[in-house]
Amino acid sequence: MKIIVCIKQVPDTVDVKIDPKTGNLIREGLPVIINPDDKAGIEAALAIKEQTGATIQVVSMGPPQADVALREALAMGCDEAVLISAREFGGSDTYATSGIIAAAIRKLGMPEILITGRQAIDGDTAQVGPQIGEKLHIPQVSYVEEIQEVTADHLIVKRQFEDGYHIIKIKTPCLLTAIGELAKPRYMTVSGIVEAYNKEIKVLGFEELKDDLELDMIGTKGSPTNVYQSFPKQLKAPGTVLKDMSDDELVAAIMAKLEEKHVI
Amino acid sequence: MSKGIFIVVEQRDGKVQNVGLELIGEATRLKADLGDDVYAVLLGCGIEGEVNKLYHFGADKVILVDSDYLKNYVTEPYTKAVTEVVNKFDPEIMLFGASSIGRDLAPRVASRVKTGLVADTTGLRMAKTEQELQQEAAHGCKDPERALLMTRPAFGGNLLATLMCPRTKPQMATVRPGVMKKIDKDETRTGELIKLDVQFTPEDMNVEIIEAVKANKKMVDITEAKVLVSGGRGAGRDAYEMLRACADELGGEVSASRACVDDQACEWAKTEMQVGQTGKTVRPDLYLACGISGAIQHVAGMENSDLVIAINKNDTAPIFSVSDLGIVGDVKKILPKLTTALKKYNADKLV
Ligand SMILES: Cc1cc2nc3c(=O)[nH]c(=O)nc-3n(C[C@H](O)[C@H](O)[C@H](O)COP(=O)(O)OP(=O)(O)OC[C@H]3O[C@@H](n4cnc5c(N)ncnc54)[C@H](O)[C@@H]3O)c2cc1C
Repeated sequence: MKIIVCIKQVPDTVDVKIDPKTGNLIREGLPVIINPDDKAGIEAALAIKEQTGATIQVVSMGPPQADVALREALAMGCDEAVLISAREFGGSDTYATSGIIAAAIRKLGMPEILITGRQAIDGDTAQVGPQIGEKLHIPQVSYVEEIQEVTADHLIVKRQFEDGYHIIKIKTPCLLTAIGELAKPRYMTVSGIVEAYNKEIKVLGFEELKDDLELDMIGTKGSPTNVYQSFPKQLKAPGTVLKDMSDDELVAAIMAKLEEKHVI
Repeated sequence: MSKGIFIVVEQRDGKVQNVGLELIGEATRLKADLGDDVYAVLLGCGIEGEVNKLYHFGADKVILVDSDYLKNYVTEPYTKAVTEVVNKFDPEIMLFGASSIGRDLAPRVASRVKTGLVADTTGLRMAKTEQELQQEAAHGCKDPERALLMTRPAFGGNLLATLMCPRTKPQMATVRPGVMKKIDKDETRTGELIKLDVQFTPEDMNVEIIEAVKANKKMVDITEAKVLVSGGRGAGRDAYEMLRACADELGGEVSASRACVDDQACEWAKTEMQVGQTGKTVRPDLYLACGISGAIQHVAGMENSDLVIAINKNDTAPIFSVSDLGIVGDVKKILPKLTTALKKYNADKLV
């Protein structure tokens, strides 16, 4: 059995700083991590590997520096790592990205199980997974919070909804999108880290994939959606802040505000 | 020519969900600029009884696909049905709720009909200004005056980005529940019902639902509450009684920050109570933030509240920059006193 896990390297968004003048993200010194949902996906794949002896290929599309994320996945126990990287792919939106990743997966050979994270914390779109599934013509279950059974020809998984869950049987090959609850990622081992840095990361570029791409629908130019503008969030004007007053005075101030605004 | 604003209305257990009605409301606002009709697309099994409600909240037409295959939400039959709507009606705009269903369905449909999709939008408008029209045209849009501009948070809510989909139709987006406003219900409104017969085959049911379970606990929907008393780490792990007592006096509900929800030892804070980027978007009349620092991801979910009052012991807490009234003090002392004052106020009002 083969499993492919798609991962993305993302900035740790808690620490994001915005340049107040330009409104752009200050990327300098920004820590990068494997996207949390993707990391849960890696862990779930490792659990299946331990159970069935499956091999795991981990795939990431991004700039050459994304190899750091791939090496971390290798150090956790994945078998092979593939970086999809080319200048032509830069600026791709989710439609374009999923087309490129789907082409890479066909090139690598279809797995029985394809896992992506539900969403990445930098974009939060949750679109790339299902769009890859569509382009590979395989069924999907998204928001997977538990994998209950794995056999050669089907899986049984638990799919989360806001108001409950479904237990779903799905035939392989299929796509699962992982949420954080699926698995708590293990740490890298020292020997794993050493091994990871000795392994070669396979690179798939434009030349390797071009025959299998919708060439007019990749990169900044071809992506169906384009950015019109981006701007830092404008927060509403702050009101009064009361301090150095007694608790009773503060409570009276709240009561006055509630009356003024007709909440009470 | 592509025409019409299409809302894929979410239903669960045969009941239309609020987010669908919110999107119909937003569609009526876009219609004021675009002029196109508002279509509600309703998919399910035995759901014709819900059609009138869609007219009451602003739909001009309802496209109904009623089939056994659509009883529970399953990706492929739903994708097939919506794709058929797109192919048959050639919509200008198509919107989905950004729920765990909409976010599964919309990307599949967008990929199948080869168009762009913007996720989790919080603002929609038609291109109007000189600059907007010119940018659309520069990106290959042939009818810029029909172009939709879609705004969404990026990088954990630190940035907002406005996107366009200039060359392909429909222009598609998912929209976060709780962000758009329903229009007032008008029970005299009617519309046109279009029943669409989609030919499903057993192969479309490519997964098998072994069990469908509803959370049996009675879930409070914090997005519906007029008042939220919201607890953060500063309110403490045993804050529930204190928050609840105050919420009761105000006729409201209790919500929470993610710090509380993630904290195993903080038992009262359940996932469905979480406000924020990865929780719910709320816009109550009053949001009372108790011991919440006001991280950007939290603020993303509550900044549209009519009135925000924050109690925090740290006078530089970021929550104060989005509050109408900031109270610097110990929430564990102030909140019980406030509850007492409210009790007295409510009792006085009775006599
Ligand atoms: C990708 C991502 C998504 C996220 N999504 C969400 C989300 O949806 N919702 C969310 O809430 N967070 C979210 N977060 C987490 C967010 O960044 C913050 O960590 C979180 O909101 C902090 O919660 P808090 O304000 O309760 O806790 P803290 O930040 O620890 O703040 C506690 C506050 O209480 C005050 N305090 C302490 N004691 C008292 C007292 N006795 N009286 C008065 N005040 C007191 C302190 O001064 C402090 O300001 C997300 C983070 C990431 C990375």
